[in-house]
Formats: sequence, structure tokens, C-alpha cells
Amino acid sequence: MSVPQYRKAAALALVAGLGLSLTACSTKSDDGGSADGKVTITIDCQPVGAQKELLQNWNDDVAEFQRQNPDIIIKSVSVGEQCNNPPDFTARLAGGTMTDVFYGYMTDLQQVLDSGQAMDITEYVNTETIPTWDSVDPALKEVFSDGGKLYAIPVKNYSMGLVYNKVLFQRAGLDPNNPPKTWPEVREAAKKIAALGDGIAGYAEYSAGNTGGWHFTALLYSQGGQILTPDGTKADFNNPLGRQVLQNLKDMRYGDNSMGSRQLLQWGDLLTNAAAGKVGMFIGAPDTTQAIVSQFQGRFQDWAMGPMPGQDGPAKATLGGGEGYFFKKGLTPEQVRAGLKWIAFQKLTPGKGQFDYVRAKPQNYPVGLPQPLLFANGTEAQKQELELRKANANVDTANFAAFEANPVPIKGEPRNAQAIYAILDAAMSGVLTNPNADIDALLKTAEDKVNQLLAAER
Amino acid sequence: MAITTVPGTTRPDRPASPIPARPRRRSLRRALVDNLTGHAFLIGAVLCFAVFSWYPMIRGIVMSFQRTRRGETTWVGWDNYARILDDPSFWTAWKNTIYFTVLALVLGYAVPFLVAILLNEFRHFRGYLRILVYLPVMLPPASALFLFKYYAYDPSEAGLFNAILAALHLPTSEWMQSPEMTMPAMVIASTWMNMGSAVLIYLAALQNIPGELYEAAELDGAGIWRRILTVTIPQTRLILLLMAMMQIVATMQLFIEPLILANGAGAEDSATSVAYLIYQHGFFQNDLNGAAALGVIMLVVLAGFSAVYARLTSRQD
Repeated sequence: MSVPQYRKAAALALVAGLGLSLTACSTKSDDGGSADGKVTITIDCQPVGAQKELLQNWNDDVAEFQRQNPDIIIKSVSVGEQCNNPPDFTARLAGGTMTDVFYGYMTDLQQVLDSGQAMDITEYVNTETIPTWDSVDPALKEVFSDGGKLYAIPVKNYSMGLVYNKVLFQRAGLDPNNPPKTWPEVREAAKKIAALGDGIAGYAEYSAGNTGGWHFTALLYSQGGQILTPDGTKADFNNPLGRQVLQNLKDMRYGDNSMGSRQLLQWGDLLTNAAAGKVGMFIGAPDTTQAIVSQFQGRFQDWAMGPMPGQDGPAKATLGGGEGYFFKKGLTPEQVRAGLKWIAFQKLTPGKGQFDYVRAKPQNYPVGLPQPLLFANGTEAQKQELELRKANANVDTANFAAFEANPVPIKGEPRNAQAIYAILDAAMSGVLTNPNADIDALLKTAEDKVNQLLAAER
Repeated sequence: MAITTVPGTTRPDRPASPIPARPRRRSLRRALVDNLTGHAFLIGAVLCFAVFSWYPMIRGIVMSFQRTRRGETTWVGWDNYARILDDPSFWTAWKNTIYFTVLALVLGYAVPFLVAILLNEFRHFRGYLRILVYLPVMLPPASALFLFKYYAYDPSEAGLFNAILAALHLPTSEWMQSPEMTMPAMVIASTWMNMGSAVLIYLAALQNIPGELYEAAELDGAGIWRRILTVTIPQTRLILLLMAMMQIVATMQLFIEPLILANGAGAEDSATSVAYLIYQHGFFQNDLNGAAALGVIMLVVLAGFSAVYARLTSRQD
């Protein structure tokens, strides 16, 4: 080959190589069909490699499902923190790189619909595709519906209560079997726990990374308040109930100095402190104890849970939330049915997948927590799940007895929740970092911002 | 970037073009064949810029005039800009960003220059000292900021800075938890992280100053401050101006410091920067169009500073 020809060939190869690299970078959804008539679906939120047992369980479930359904191929996808990090989710949604069946929070419905990527699956969902569908709590189906159309299948549901450290309760002379039931009682208990010293916070609260707004909402619900007016057009927290929420926190933080010196906490910060035995109480769902143990090296036996406190008696309501799986627009009917079949198998069948308590019992994951609350009271699936849970419990269910015995009405998250939570973070950080914080001004600023956000949406 | 030519390297006797005149068709073909490899390599760089810089930039500008709801994208004119300008956080973010930029100019700009002058004066251990100053630059920014967050800025007396202040019987601070201290604390951390590179650039400029100028100044009885004012600063004026421009452009893109040190917006939004607000709109508020509009506004402002920078560099020619 002469030199010019050689150069030409090299240049062509380089250009071709670049073209191929760029093509390889693009993500194109599997067309779902194959020559041998098999249906392929991609599904995200496969546990990450560090979660060895969970990953093994998932892979075993995939193998068993494919054995039972030889015409379906499940391609699992795991991209790190995708399942609990809203920015990752938003980036993938904006980039159009969601899997065929993709995970989302209950609060994500609006965002997913706006992206135009969710498929209306109403016509496919029935007891044929999901045998336990009639047992699934109708309220959860409603959360994932819009205009009478269903867009996702709920796979997890939680409600918040008061999570507390029994060891610190004992050390502070409090009764670990009788958690505080009102906010004044929480304040008294927090004072006693903080008096133990050593940097222990009697009560801890979030105020950053949208988690502050999330918990403001939960605290407001406990007072009987709401974030938005019923028609969803105006903020509705700049009132005596909202002021009470912030005043309670300010009193504990600066009146009693019982909330520790470290603030601007977000999810991982608070749970890290809790796992280290530096937090007496906080509000959370039952599975926060699982996170404390599996992610932050805490101990199950240290933790118990009571109902959400109210101001003068039981809480008026408690925040509920959860997760589900959406279906990407453009899937074939066979792919949708295959996806539903998989969700039915792994997420909604007592004794299988997430409800395989026999498998989970010896593993370092709790069995016996009062969640996920997927099945409606009195349904056959709920009875089966409850029996299996009790029979295989590996945590002391007595630790959650007070929570279970005192159910509080569950209230869902507001529309456009994440945007509102981001705004409310400032109100929370205000009372937790500034001894002279003006509660009225903080609420007014947040109210104006939320109203503006809602107006811009219309 | 402007292309500079070193005076004295051009040869006036050289013909304008090394290629003698030939029939046009043949010369074009020849030029293509001769430079085929060069063009092929250029394609890679052009593609990278096109795909990862220019296309997203143009797409961002287009998106700032659109709105996507229910999968439908419509043109909305200046609506996104109007909405962003109405957002109370917009002005908070600009106020915070400008405050950070001014503080960074006072502290982050002056300190590296003074450190460079000091290092230039040392006769011994120059190499070791330079490594020491440069070390923080080698630390990934996220790691450096976590060090500040958990060790230096701990609001209790266990925190490094508070321990030092307490030992000196000075009042301690809540650092990132105090709205008043948020920005100064971020500037301190940012200066520490980024100082090394600036010091090296200043050192290079200082070492280009002819020694005779200092000797002459010393003979005239000039002390160290007089020498700095009359020799060092005038001789490094251009570098100082360029560094100031680059610093302004860089500090106005403040993002990782609030994200890590303040967990986002900080106490009462005291850490919210324009770049962080873009992130908030885009990734938490389901408002990519608003984020794009805010990005374009920032682009226009930074382009203004960059224009000054380009003008200064062109004067060097």
C-alpha cells in the first residue's frame, strides 16, 4: 500500500471507529422481540453489587421467573444510587434512557407524565396479569393514576411514625415500651436524652437536600394541616399549624438544646448519627431501621417505633409514600404483559420475591417490620402475607407493636412534592440554625415561593 | 483562544505560500490528500466539541424558549425567562454568587499572589514548599470539601477551626450552619483547594521579572513593599488581570461548595448559588426549561466577562 493510500485507509478507519464509538454510546431500547419468539424486557433497580444478599435474591428470582416463563427474558439493570436519588432519576428520564419497566416514587407521577415517557397500562392490568391485583390497596392504585388511567404498579408503601433508640431511652430513665405520644412528650423525652451528653441529640430532624421539606410535611400532617389547599392551587401551611411545627422544633433546638449541634442534615447524615447511637428519636418509616442496620452499621435490637405524635393527642394524620414501576411508552403488548407478570411474581405475591420471608429470615434483612403496606385490610393476600411475616420474623415485632396498635390515618404527599420540599428546606434550616429565626417570615417566604411555583404550572 | 506569535520569529523573506501555484482542481485535491491524516484527527476533536459542548449549548438555548408538558413540547417565547426572573430565589442566588465572587477576589485572589511572592523570596526548600502549596490541588474537590465539612467546620468545639479559636480564647462559630458565615467559610475552603495552581502561575510570572529591576530598586533604597508596588505588580500586571478575569468566571460557577459543604441551599438559602439553582430547577423541580433559561442568563453574564478576558488576551498580541 502506498503512503497516500495508507493515510487514506488510516483516516477512514479512524472516522469509522469514531462513528462506531458514538453509536455504541447511544442507548437504544431493545425492540423486545427475537427470532425465537421470546419477549425481552429491561428492568431497573437491580440491587447494587455491595448488597450481596439482595443481589443474589434478585438474580435467583430472575432465574426462577425465567424457568417458569421460558418465553420471557429479563434483563436487569443496576445504576448505583438510581433508586433513591431523585437527580439520577431525573437525568435518566430527561435523557430518555429509562428501562422498559422503570422504578419511580409515588411523587414522580407528574414528572414522568410530563416527560411523555409513561405508558397507559390500564387495559393490561387485571387479575390475569397480576393475580393479587384485587387485594392491592385501592388508594395506592389511585396514587399512580391520572385521569382514570393507570401508569404504574405500586410495589412498596410506608407511613411514618416515631422511631426511637431503646437503649438511649433506658439510659435516660425513660420507658422503652412507652414512646411519647404527643409533641410536648417528645420534647420532654428529648431533653432527658440530650442530658446524657456525649453529643447525643434527643430528637433529630432533617433540613437539607429536600428532606427538610419532606419532614415538614409529615410534621404538618401530624398537626392536622396540609401543604396545599384541596384544589391544589395555593399553599396552605402559613397558618397556626405550620407555625406550631416550626415552634416545636425551635423550642427543642434553642430552648432546650436537645437536637444536637449538627444541623443541615439530610437522609444519610441523620441515619449515620442514629446508627452511631447519637440520636434518641426521629420520625421515619419502619424500614429506616433496615437502612440504619444494612447501610450505616447500626443494630436492629436498639430500635423501636411508636405512632406519629400529635400536638395534644394522637396525630391527626401521618405522611405516607411509596414506590412503583412505570412502563415505558412504545412497548409491545407482549412486553407489557411480561413486565406485569414479573412485578406480580417479584413484588406482589406472598411467599415470593420481596415477600419470600423464609429466604430473608437468615439474612441480614428484617422480617417482621409493619411494611410494605401493599394489600388492603381483610384481603386474602394481606392475610397470607401477615401470616408468613409473623412465622418468619427475625426482628422483635414487639418493638413495632406501639406503631401497629395505634394506626394513624395516612395522607399522601402533595402534588409536585420535590419542588415544594426544596422550598420548605429553608424554613426548616431557618429554625434549626438561627436562634433568632422569624417563624412568620420563614413561612411567608416559603408560601410565596410555593404559590409562585403553582402559578407557573398553570 | 487567541493565537499568539512570538515577535521576531516571522521571516519577511519567506514566500506567502509554500505551495507553488498549480491548477486549482489539482491543488485542492492535493491539499486534501496531503492533510488527510490531520483532518481525520481534527474530526475527532470537532465531533467531541460538537456532541458534548456545542450541541448541548444550542439545545439548552432552544429549550429555554420551550415548555414540555405531557410529552408535548411547545414554544413559549420568553415565558421561562419571565418565570425565572419572578422567582425570589433567583435574586437570592445572584446576591450569594456575587458575594462569593467578591469575597473570593479579596481572599482567593490576593492570598495566592502573596504566597507566590513569599515563595519566590525563599532561597532554600523552594521545591518542597511548592509541593506543599500544590498538594491540595491534587486532592479531589469532593474529598477536600468533605474534610472541611466534617473536620474543620464542625459546629461543636470538636471542629478543627473551633478548637483553634477556643484555644486562642476567641469566639467560636457555627460555620456552615450560620447564614452569615456560610459564604466566608466556602471561600476559605475554595481558596485552600484551588490556591496551588494560581501560585504556580504567579511564580512563573515572578521569575520572568528581570533581577536587575529589583537590584536597581534596592540600590534606590526601596523596601519590600515598595519593590512589590513598583516592580512586582507592574511587571505581572497582565497576568494579574487575566487571573482576575478567570477567577471571576470560575467563581461565578460556584456549585460543588454549596452542594457538599451546605448540603445544597444551606441555612436559610444562604448557600444557594446560580449554578445550584439551575440544578434545583432541573433535577428537583421538574423544570428543565426553567433551568435552561437560567443557564442562558448565566451564559450571557459569563460571556460578558469572557469578552473582557478575550480583549485582554488580544492586547497581548
